Amino acid sequence: MADAPKIRVPKTAKKGEIVEIKTLMPHIMESGQRKDKDGKTIPRKIINKFVAEFNGKPVFSADMDPAIAANPYLQFNAKVNESGTFKFSWTDDDGTVTTSEQKIEVA
Amino acid sequence: MQQISRRTALALGAAGAAFSVFGLGTGAQATPETAAAEIAKFAGGKAPVAGKITIELPEIAENGNTVPLAISVDAPMTEDDYVTDVLVLADGNPNPGVATFHFTPLSGKADASTRIRLATTQNIVVTAKTSKGAVYTASKLVKVTIGGCGG
Repeated sequence: MADAPKIRVPKTAKKGEIVEIKTLMPHIMESGQRKDKDGKTIPRKIINKFVAEFNGKPVFSADMDPAIAANPYLQFNAKVNESGTFKFSWTDDDGTVTTSEQKIEVA
Repeated sequence: MQQISRRTALALGAAGAAFSVFGLGTGAQATPETAAAEIAKFAGGKAPVAGKITIELPEIAENGNTVPLAISVDAPMTEDDYVTDVLVLADGNPNPGVATFHFTPLSGKADASTRIRLATTQNIVVTAKTSKGAVYTASKLVKVTIGGCGG
Protein backbone atom coordinates (compact mmCIF):
# COMPACT_ATOMS: atom_id res chain seq x y z
CA MET A 1 0.00 0.00 0.00
CA ALA A 2 1.65 3.15 -1.20
CA ASP A 3 -0.09 5.92 0.66
CA ALA A 4 -0.58 6.32 4.36
CA PRO A 5 -4.07 6.80 5.81
CA LYS A 6 -5.13 10.28 6.88
CA ILE A 7 -6.50 10.41 10.40
CA ARG A 8 -7.90 13.20 12.52
CA VAL A 9 -8.15 12.57 16.27
CA PRO A 10 -8.12 15.38 18.87
CA LYS A 11 -4.82 15.54 20.83
CA THR A 12 -6.57 16.15 24.12
CA ALA A 13 -10.00 15.57 25.64
CA LYS A 14 -11.83 15.73 28.95
CA LYS A 15 -12.60 12.50 30.79
CA GLY A 16 -15.84 10.99 29.46
CA GLU A 17 -15.90 13.28 26.42
CA ILE A 18 -17.15 11.95 23.08
CA VAL A 19 -14.57 12.83 20.45
CA GLU A 20 -15.02 12.80 16.68
CA ILE A 21 -12.62 10.73 14.60
CA LYS A 22 -12.15 11.03 10.85
CA THR A 23 -10.20 8.54 8.76
CA LEU A 24 -9.43 8.39 5.07
CA MET A 25 -7.60 5.52 3.44
CA PRO A 26 -6.17 6.07 -0.04
CA HIS A 27 -7.39 3.05 -2.02
CA ILE A 28 -8.83 2.44 -5.49
CA MET A 29 -11.79 0.35 -4.16
CA GLU A 30 -12.13 -1.57 -7.43
CA SER A 31 -15.74 -2.71 -7.32
CA GLY A 32 -15.49 -5.89 -9.40
CA GLN A 33 -18.30 -4.48 -11.56
CA ARG A 34 -16.17 -2.67 -14.14
CA LYS A 35 -14.85 -4.14 -17.37
CA ASP A 36 -11.55 -3.28 -19.07
CA LYS A 37 -11.32 -2.28 -22.74
CA ASP A 38 -11.26 -5.95 -23.79
CA GLY A 39 -14.54 -6.57 -22.02
CA LYS A 40 -13.00 -8.59 -19.20
CA THR A 41 -14.22 -7.92 -15.69
CA ILE A 42 -11.62 -6.14 -13.57
CA PRO A 43 -11.29 -8.22 -10.38
CA ARG A 44 -12.69 -6.78 -7.19
CA LYS A 45 -10.12 -5.23 -4.85
CA ILE A 46 -11.47 -3.26 -1.94
CA ILE A 47 -10.80 -2.55 1.71
CA ASN A 48 -13.42 -4.85 3.21
CA LYS A 49 -12.88 -4.23 6.93
CA PHE A 50 -12.02 -1.30 9.15
CA VAL A 51 -11.45 -1.63 12.90
CA ALA A 52 -10.91 1.07 15.53
CA GLU A 53 -9.71 0.15 19.03
CA PHE A 54 -8.83 2.24 22.06
CA ASN A 55 -6.33 0.78 24.54
CA GLY A 56 -7.10 -2.64 23.05
CA LYS A 57 -10.89 -2.34 23.44
CA PRO A 58 -13.20 -2.25 20.42
CA VAL A 59 -14.68 1.18 19.66
CA PHE A 60 -16.10 0.94 16.15
CA SER A 61 -15.73 -1.27 13.12
CA ALA A 62 -17.16 -1.48 9.63
CA ASP A 63 -17.59 -4.25 7.09
CA MET A 64 -17.43 -2.61 3.69
CA ASP A 65 -18.89 -3.62 0.33
CA PRO A 66 -17.90 -2.41 -3.15
CA ALA A 67 -20.50 0.37 -2.85
CA ILE A 68 -18.09 2.29 -0.61
CA ALA A 69 -16.49 5.05 -2.70
CA ALA A 70 -12.79 5.10 -3.60
CA ASN A 71 -10.47 6.30 -0.82
CA PRO A 72 -12.81 5.02 1.89
CA TYR A 73 -13.70 7.73 4.36
CA LEU A 74 -15.15 6.94 7.76
CA GLN A 75 -16.18 9.33 10.47
CA PHE A 76 -17.31 8.06 13.87
CA ASN A 77 -17.06 8.85 17.58
CA ALA A 78 -15.34 7.52 20.65
CA LYS A 79 -15.97 8.05 24.33
CA VAL A 80 -12.65 8.53 26.13
CA ASN A 81 -12.38 7.90 29.87
CA GLU A 82 -8.57 7.73 30.08
CA SER A 83 -5.46 8.68 28.14
CA GLY A 84 -4.38 6.14 25.62
CA THR A 85 -3.86 5.06 22.07
CA PHE A 86 -6.27 4.54 19.23
CA LYS A 87 -5.35 1.78 16.84
CA PHE A 88 -6.92 1.70 13.39
CA SER A 89 -6.64 -1.10 10.87
CA TRP A 90 -7.78 -1.54 7.29
CA THR A 91 -7.96 -5.00 5.68
CA ASP A 92 -7.62 -5.32 1.90
CA ASP A 93 -9.23 -8.10 -0.17
CA ASP A 94 -5.68 -9.38 -0.83
CA GLY A 95 -5.15 -9.84 2.92
CA THR A 96 -2.91 -6.80 3.43
CA VAL A 97 -3.59 -5.06 6.74
CA THR A 98 -2.58 -1.43 7.19
CA THR A 99 -2.49 -0.10 10.73
CA SER A 100 -2.04 3.32 12.26
CA GLU A 101 -2.00 4.66 15.81
CA GLN A 102 -2.91 7.99 17.41
CA LYS A 103 -2.48 9.02 21.03
CA ILE A 104 -4.88 11.15 23.06
CA GLU A 105 -4.30 12.86 26.41
CA VAL A 106 -7.32 12.78 28.70
CA ALA A 107 -7.37 15.17 31.63
CA MET B 1 -7.37 -34.86 8.18
CA GLN B 2 -9.84 -32.82 10.07
CA GLN B 3 -13.26 -34.28 10.64
CA ILE B 4 -16.08 -32.03 9.54
CA SER B 5 -18.97 -32.39 11.93
CA ARG B 6 -22.52 -32.42 10.67
CA ARG B 7 -23.13 -29.06 12.29
CA THR B 8 -20.15 -27.46 10.57
CA ALA B 9 -21.16 -28.99 7.26
CA LEU B 10 -24.66 -27.57 7.63
CA ALA B 11 -23.30 -24.15 8.56
CA LEU B 12 -20.97 -24.19 5.56
CA GLY B 13 -23.84 -25.20 3.30
CA ALA B 14 -26.04 -22.43 4.65
CA ALA B 15 -23.26 -19.85 4.26
CA GLY B 16 -22.69 -21.02 0.69
CA ALA B 17 -26.36 -20.76 -0.12
CA ALA B 18 -26.55 -17.27 1.36
CA PHE B 19 -23.52 -16.25 -0.67
CA SER B 20 -25.01 -17.49 -3.91
CA VAL B 21 -28.16 -15.49 -3.26
CA PHE B 22 -26.58 -12.27 -2.06
CA GLY B 23 -22.96 -12.31 -3.10
CA LEU B 24 -23.00 -13.06 -6.79
CA GLY B 25 -25.63 -10.75 -8.13
CA THR B 26 -23.21 -9.11 -10.57
CA GLY B 27 -24.81 -7.81 -13.71
CA ALA B 28 -28.36 -7.87 -12.47
CA GLN B 29 -29.70 -4.91 -10.52
CA ALA B 30 -30.50 -5.53 -6.91
CA THR B 31 -34.14 -5.14 -6.18
CA PRO B 32 -36.02 -4.01 -3.11
CA GLU B 33 -36.82 -7.73 -2.63
CA THR B 34 -33.14 -8.75 -2.32
CA ALA B 35 -32.58 -5.85 0.05
CA ALA B 36 -35.62 -6.97 2.08
CA ALA B 37 -34.25 -10.53 2.25
CA GLU B 38 -30.93 -9.20 3.56
CA ILE B 39 -32.72 -7.10 6.16
CA ALA B 40 -34.76 -10.14 7.29
CA LYS B 41 -31.51 -12.10 7.74
CA PHE B 42 -29.91 -9.21 9.64
CA ALA B 43 -32.97 -8.71 11.86
CA GLY B 44 -33.06 -12.43 12.72
CA GLY B 45 -36.81 -12.83 12.37
CA LYS B 46 -37.81 -9.60 14.10
CA ALA B 47 -39.97 -7.09 12.30
CA PRO B 48 -38.03 -3.80 12.18
CA VAL B 49 -39.83 -0.79 13.62
CA ALA B 50 -39.67 2.51 11.72
CA GLY B 51 -37.86 5.33 13.50
CA LYS B 52 -34.87 6.23 15.71
CA ILE B 53 -32.62 6.46 12.63
CA THR B 54 -31.58 9.64 10.82
CA ILE B 55 -30.12 9.34 7.32
CA GLU B 56 -28.33 12.32 5.80
CA LEU B 57 -27.94 12.17 2.04
CA PRO B 58 -28.09 14.78 -0.70
CA GLU B 59 -31.52 14.87 -2.36
CA ILE B 60 -29.84 14.87 -5.74
CA ALA B 61 -26.39 13.34 -6.25
CA GLU B 62 -24.80 14.69 -9.39
CA ASN B 63 -22.00 12.14 -9.19
CA GLY B 64 -22.96 8.64 -8.07
CA ASN B 65 -19.29 7.73 -7.61
CA THR B 66 -19.04 9.50 -4.30
CA VAL B 67 -22.18 10.38 -2.40
CA PRO B 68 -21.81 11.56 1.21
CA LEU B 69 -23.87 9.49 3.64
CA ALA B 70 -24.28 10.04 7.36
CA ILE B 71 -26.37 7.85 9.60
CA SER B 72 -27.20 8.31 13.25
CA VAL B 73 -29.30 6.23 15.61
CA ASP B 74 -30.94 7.73 18.67
CA ALA B 75 -29.72 5.49 21.52
CA PRO B 76 -28.32 5.97 25.04
CA MET B 77 -25.12 4.00 24.22
CA THR B 78 -24.68 2.78 27.80
CA GLU B 79 -23.13 -0.56 28.81
CA ASP B 80 -26.52 -2.31 28.80
CA ASP B 81 -28.38 -0.40 26.10
CA TYR B 82 -26.55 0.47 22.93
CA VAL B 83 -26.72 0.05 19.17
CA THR B 84 -24.67 -2.99 18.17
CA ASP B 85 -24.94 -3.21 14.38
CA VAL B 86 -26.18 -1.00 11.57
CA LEU B 87 -26.77 -2.43 8.10
CA VAL B 88 -26.74 -0.02 5.16
CA LEU B 89 -28.23 -1.18 1.85
CA ALA B 90 -28.73 0.47 -1.52
CA ASP B 91 -31.67 -1.27 -3.16
CA GLY B 92 -30.85 -0.22 -6.73
CA ASN B 93 -27.12 -1.05 -6.86
CA PRO B 94 -25.84 -4.22 -8.59
CA ASN B 95 -25.33 -5.56 -5.07
CA PRO B 96 -27.42 -4.01 -2.32
CA GLY B 97 -24.66 -4.21 0.33
CA VAL B 98 -23.00 -0.90 1.24
CA ALA B 99 -21.59 -1.45 4.72
CA THR B 100 -22.31 -2.79 8.18
CA PHE B 101 -21.20 -0.61 11.07
CA HIS B 102 -20.50 -2.16 14.47
CA PHE B 103 -20.75 0.04 17.54
CA THR B 104 -19.83 -0.48 21.19
CA PRO B 105 -20.58 1.53 24.35
CA LEU B 106 -17.13 3.12 23.76
CA SER B 107 -18.48 4.57 20.50
CA GLY B 108 -20.29 7.16 22.64
CA LYS B 109 -22.75 7.86 19.81
CA ALA B 110 -24.22 5.57 17.16
CA ASP B 111 -23.15 7.93 14.38
CA ALA B 112 -21.08 7.22 11.30
CA SER B 113 -20.36 8.92 7.99
CA THR B 114 -18.85 7.64 4.80
CA ARG B 115 -19.02 8.14 1.03
CA ILE B 116 -20.82 5.67 -1.17
CA ARG B 117 -21.32 4.71 -4.81
CA LEU B 118 -24.78 4.64 -6.30
CA ALA B 119 -25.55 3.19 -9.72
CA THR B 120 -28.88 4.92 -10.12
CA THR B 121 -31.69 6.72 -8.32
CA GLN B 122 -32.69 4.50 -5.44
CA ASN B 123 -33.49 4.06 -1.76
CA ILE B 124 -30.87 3.80 0.94
CA VAL B 125 -32.24 1.49 3.61
CA VAL B 126 -30.68 1.53 7.08
CA THR B 127 -31.49 -1.11 9.72
CA ALA B 128 -30.16 -0.96 13.28
CA LYS B 129 -30.02 -3.59 16.04
CA THR B 130 -29.61 -2.80 19.72
CA SER B 131 -28.14 -4.80 22.59
CA LYS B 132 -31.69 -5.13 23.98
CA GLY B 133 -32.88 -6.83 20.79
CA ALA B 134 -34.79 -3.93 19.25
CA VAL B 135 -34.61 -3.54 15.47
CA TYR B 136 -35.24 -0.20 13.76
CA THR B 137 -35.31 0.79 10.13
CA ALA B 138 -35.46 3.90 7.96
CA SER B 139 -34.97 4.66 4.31
CA LYS B 140 -34.30 7.67 2.14
CA LEU B 141 -34.55 8.20 -1.60
CA VAL B 142 -31.61 9.72 -3.43
CA LYS B 143 -31.77 10.89 -7.03
CA VAL B 144 -28.61 10.09 -8.97
CA THR B 145 -27.96 11.91 -12.24
CA ILE B 146 -24.68 10.13 -13.18
CA GLY B 147 -24.26 6.60 -11.86
CA GLY B 148 -21.29 5.10 -10.05
CA CYS B 149 -20.36 1.40 -10.04
CA GLY B 150 -18.73 1.75 -13.46
CA GLY B 151 -22.10 2.67 -14.99
